[in-house]
Formats: sequence, structure tokens, C-alpha cells
Amino acid sequence: MQYVAAKTADEAVALLAGHSGMARVLAGGTDLLVQLKSGMVEPDLVVDIKRIPGMRDITPEAGGFRVGAAVSGAELGEHAGVCAMWPGVVEGFNLIGSTQVQGRATMAGNLCNASPAGDAVPSLVAAGATVRVQGPNGTRDVPILEIPAGPGRTTLAKGEIVTSIFLPGRPDRASDAYLRFIPRTEMDIAVASAGVSLVLGSDGTVESARVALGAVAPTILLAEEAAKVITGTRLDDETLARMATACEAICKPIDDKRGTVEFRTRTAGVLAKRAARIAYDRAGAKA
Amino acid sequence: MKTIQVSTTINGDPVEFICTPDETLLDVLRNRLSLTGAKEGCGTGDCGACSVTVNGRLVCSCLVLGAEAQDAEISTIEGMADGDTLHPLQRAFIEHAALQCGICTPGILVAAKALLEKNPDPTEEELRYWLAGNLCRCTGYDKIIRAVQVAAAEMRGA
Repeated sequence: MQYVAAKTADEAVALLAGHSGMARVLAGGTDLLVQLKSGMVEPDLVVDIKRIPGMRDITPEAGGFRVGAAVSGAELGEHAGVCAMWPGVVEGFNLIGSTQVQGRATMAGNLCNASPAGDAVPSLVAAGATVRVQGPNGTRDVPILEIPAGPGRTTLAKGEIVTSIFLPGRPDRASDAYLRFIPRTEMDIAVASAGVSLVLGSDGTVESARVALGAVAPTILLAEEAAKVITGTRLDDETLARMATACEAICKPIDDKRGTVEFRTRTAGVLAKRAARIAYDRAGAKA
Repeated sequence: MKTIQVSTTINGDPVEFICTPDETLLDVLRNRLSLTGAKEGCGTGDCGACSVTVNGRLVCSCLVLGAEAQDAEISTIEGMADGDTLHPLQRAFIEHAALQCGICTPGILVAAKALLEKNPDPTEEELRYWLAGNLCRCTGYDKIIRAVQVAAAEMRGA
């Protein structure tokens, strides 16, 4: 195995595009090193992107924030601006692993590891975040939802790397939240999860909403019908019940020792309701 | 496998070492630099026995490549005492019997020190969540939590 700490994104792309064997990008390494050790992957090239300028920066842009691909959970959690605007994105990402894992893990890595249970991804989908991808044919911006292709697979082409994730700006009367179910209180993989982002109108009703579900399908799901159900409402109990039903309708989870199909489906709906309520209260408190 | 030459700083001292590209920082510390305080428990970032700080961030050294240490500032348990004078956390662990077999202890001390530098007066809940990535199979944790609280109080008073 060869290790290269790329100095520029162009260098990283050229190395990855020009390599004939298996190559892997190293950001936080909290998935990659575990996979290396278990023999799950045996790359002959590892390209470390942490020394590329900008990869560790959080930069205000167009009223929102551009988060470099190598920004760790600990760094994002200490950023007051991102925490105020996108608390659900931060709380989802910060749920991953231990303090030690948070010192290294990245949102871009969680996205590209492409686990359907990745805790950073549902909130990013709900946020309408976009991913900046650099490759041999230049740079493109892609909606988060289009990156995962299935468990462990992404739509990134050979030589392409994620360089940053963009969290858009939003009005004051807006917030988000993320909840997951795990059998213990800390350091576990989501059995089901939900991220909800809401913008409230001046009358206190939901003006627009995005709802995303995790761990209930091969990729993170955007629950469009559930978002439609809560739009124009104040999240009364009857509306939330219909929202949960809309979430349940699109779940296609696996059945395993961590949760049955029925349990995951039901739980995803319940978590979506509760996350919506938290996001609503947060948005209201800011108004 | 081609080896890599790495220049880094460990516990304030400049250090140079050679490692293979797939060698972890934990293996470098233990096998090449004889810094055997960090332990390998799980090797997959679950147990925290290999905890060190890299550029001030608490990490599992089993999930860091040795090559990544280039130009970094690393702190390990070996840098915690000031000569023969133990750190307040180390003293509190001894005085309050916060260890039995001792395998998890270096990692927990490094992790607790990182917390108290960030938050000198953590609540018990904050403390327990911060240390959730440090597994101990002997103590049942309560004595560890008490010892960190005692040390924290002493350090705040100092």
C-alpha cells in the first residue's frame, strides 16, 4: 500500500484517476482504518486529503456555510454559526461514535461510506445540502441525495472526490432536528432515524418542510409525502399521525437482529413526528 | 512495502521515525518508540484504550496512520506527569481506587485531561458521555467518575 498526502485537490484527483488498482480516500479514517484492518478492503493507494488547503475550513457563503470535506465532528460542533443555523445537522453528525471518533470523523466520509444508517446523512438530505465534487472532468455540485447508490456504494466516478458540503442559508424562522433509535444510549448504529428541516411562515404554520429517513432502505429516503402532509399546519396531533403514516409507507427496511421490518418501519414514523416537533419548537423559539 | 519517514512532536519533543504506510500511530508509538502507555484493546476505535491527542484533539491512535503524524503535535500518557510529580488526575485515580487491572487507565486519563482542558467543571452527565468511548471492564465506572470529579475540583482550586 502506498500513502500519499495530497497537497492540492488536483493532485488527489490525478492520483486517483490515474491509478489502476484499488484506491481509497482518507479523510478522518474512522471507517477506512477499520476496513483496512479487517481486510474488508485492500487498497494499494490511500490518498490523504486533510492537507489540501480549504478541506478543514468552515466558510460562510451565500448566507449559509461551506464545510470542507475533512472538517471533524468536534470542529463542526464548536462552530457557533453552524450550530445556530443547522442544529439538526450538527446533532446528527455528533451522534456518530465516541469523543475520540468525533475528533477525526467527517460528514463527507460518513456520506461516502454510504451506510444507510449513517447518522450525518438524513439531516443533510433534509437540509437540502449540496456536495461539491471534483474529478478529472472538473467540478460539479450535486444534491446530497444523489451521492449514495446503495450500501457501501456511491455515484462518484473514478477519480472524483468530495471537496466540501454546502449548507444553504435560510430565514430566521427555520430550524431542523435529528433523532435516531439505538438499543443503548451512546455509540451504536441507528436502527431507524429521521431528520426534519422546517421553515415557518409569519403566522406560525409550516411554510416548507423536508423530511429524511435513515436505516429503513438501501439509501437515505426523502419523504416527500410526509413533508407535504405537515406543510401549512401547526403540527397538531392528527397531522403528525398522518405524517407518520406517510413515512411508514415508503420504508423498505431489512429484517435483522437489530430490528424487524415492522419495528424499523413503525419507529421511523415515530421519530419523524418527534423530530418535526423539535424542529418546529426550535424554529418558533428563534422567531 | 516502501517505508515513510515522519517528523513529528510527541509530548513536546521532536521525534523522527520510519513506518510502513499501513502502520497505525498506535503501533508506531508502542513498537517503534517504546511508548507503551497507549494500549491496544480492540484496534477498531471502540474501546479508547489507545487514546492520545493529535493537535489537541482526542483520538484513538489505532485509527490514525503513523504517516499522518507528520508535523503534528501528539500528546500521550507518558507526557502527563511532570517528572516524578503526578498529574492531579493520576493522583486522584490512585487515591480513589479508580483502576483495577489498569489496561484502560492511560486512555481514560488522557481522555479526562482533554475534557477538563475544554470544560473544567463538567456535570456528571457530560463527564459520562465524554468518556463513553473508554471502556473499562473492572471498575463499573463509578470510581473513575468520582476520581475525575475530585481532580477537576482540585484543578479548579489550584
